[in-house]
Amino acid sequence: MTDNPSDNLLRKILTETKVIALVGVSMNSVRPSYFVARYLSLKNFRVIPVNPGQAGKTLFGEEIYASLADIPKDITVDMVDVFRRSEHVPPIVEMALAELPDLKTVWMQIGVRNAEAAAMAEAKGIQVIQNRCPKIEYQRLYGELRMGGFNTGIISSKL
Amino acid sequence: MTERPAFGFETLQIHAGARPDPATGARQTPIYQTTGYVFRDADHAAALFNLQEVGFIYSRLTNPTIAVLQERIATLEGGVGAVCCSSGHAAQLMALFPLMAPGRNVVASTRLYGGTLTQFSQTIKRFGWSATFVDFDDTDAVKAAINDDTRAVFCESISNPGGYVTDIPVIAEIADAAGVPLIVDNTTATPYLCNPIAQGASLVVHSTTKYLTGNGTVTGGCVVDSGKFNWSASDKFPSLSQPEPAYHGLKFHETFGELAFTFHGIAIGLRDLGMTMNPQAAHYTLMGIETLSLRMQRHVENAQEVAQWLEADPRVEYVTYAGLESSPYNARAKALYPKGAGALFTFAVKGGYDACVKLVDSLELFSHVANLGDTRSLIIHSASTTHRQLSEEQQIAAGAAPNVVRLSIGIETAADLIADLDLALTTATA
Repeated sequence: MTDNPSDNLLRKILTETKVIALVGVSMNSVRPSYFVARYLSLKNFRVIPVNPGQAGKTLFGEEIYASLADIPKDITVDMVDVFRRSEHVPPIVEMALAELPDLKTVWMQIGVRNAEAAAMAEAKGIQVIQNRCPKIEYQRLYGELRMGGFNTGIISSKL
Repeated sequence: MTERPAFGFETLQIHAGARPDPATGARQTPIYQTTGYVFRDADHAAALFNLQEVGFIYSRLTNPTIAVLQERIATLEGGVGAVCCSSGHAAQLMALFPLMAPGRNVVASTRLYGGTLTQFSQTIKRFGWSATFVDFDDTDAVKAAINDDTRAVFCESISNPGGYVTDIPVIAEIADAAGVPLIVDNTTATPYLCNPIAQGASLVVHSTTKYLTGNGTVTGGCVVDSGKFNWSASDKFPSLSQPEPAYHGLKFHETFGELAFTFHGIAIGLRDLGMTMNPQAAHYTLMGIETLSLRMQRHVENAQEVAQWLEADPRVEYVTYAGLESSPYNARAKALYPKGAGALFTFAVKGGYDACVKLVDSLELFSHVANLGDTRSLIIHSASTTHRQLSEEQQIAAGAAPNVVRLSIGIETAADLIADLDLALTTATA
């Protein structure tokens, strides 16, 4: 569990992750969860949207499920990205641990932190990232934020 | 070794933000002299305009050469991001713009560059903003000046022209307790001598025209965000914490987290105020920053030597340089600026206003110029030039009294600078 994961760890997660269940996705195009879902889909992650209020609808070509438990078992979710308030995280992680056998990473968005949920996931050998955004980390690590004048921390003399 | 240790300042001033040009392999950062950028497809264009992807749209907003400079300054200052703009004055407006609204005020130090005093005391009134000026050594006065409408506290690290050094950690604590960001103008100290963010500042502004470019070629400005201020902790900063009507209801802080202020600077500030830097200026400034540490070392060495010589000269009344033991700010400068107290100071000539004017006219090596932070040594009589719009009382408060001249010490041979001053002082006080 860390608020300060190394760049190597973030790169490893973002390279090895193929399917992300995005809990708390919004259909409102100015909401961060919509931004992130769209962005990660464009970067060839398979994003499975989860939101009980929107279940059955489709977002970026994927059906929206009411909960992690409703995601068909043939979809091998390896990361859960949580867009819910910190206090709502434990039951989500509990369900993820119970229902997603291929889960490798629990990721909590900017402003979301829950020590209890993190400890629960880590006890099962799951990598936990808190208070970060996978979209922003992807943009930072792979050169895109550089175009906006952000401090990427990337120094390299390679092409 | 799987994780490399943190890079040193000298490495970052050359490498941060830059990489070989992906199209050509060019090792030096190319000057991307273009206004527009081709979109991959309609989806890409839409994602860029929605701020879902970061990329180049139009050079009023972003440009590849300028982006390298922004990342470099952000890195050297220890910030999360930076927005460059057309001048230091533009940077000040760019820093205040997301925070202020009609009826709001900024609490500012009395010891500021004259142009800033005028911008804050007069021009910003047309936006309905106002400034309250306080002596920043009087911490009770600073606290008292902050009210419910205050949205920022503003000071310079080493003030222009007076050789005054702001106690940034103390002021940062006051601003923090009041729930408003401290903005520090770090132009005269540069990130080599001072890191305001490490000392508690939320935002840093620069006139990149000065030491960062270093040789008096181009004007430019920069706003660096520490990423540390919580814009959503109160309802004081709705443009960052609430749906922004100028960007289809986007909540910048919620969407971009610690990157919110920088995104806002591009998407609202540069887009709607248009005070854009040009890529040629960014190129010159990038060239300058590569040697910043070397130049600053020499600037402060020379300044110390010239200031000590002047102080010992009977034709000189006093010298205000924080690097001198006699300065009331010497202890503070040693604590906060261990690598030197900058290269900008004033001295008073016996003989007053007339002797000052004569001195300026008699110098052969020092240039009479309204600029600072050049490789060349510069002199100006602030009271009759940069601080001319102020009352005598304001001039004295700002350290620009009529009997005072300001020096910006360059990186020439120190003995030559002293010889030039020696001869001119003889003429001026004859």
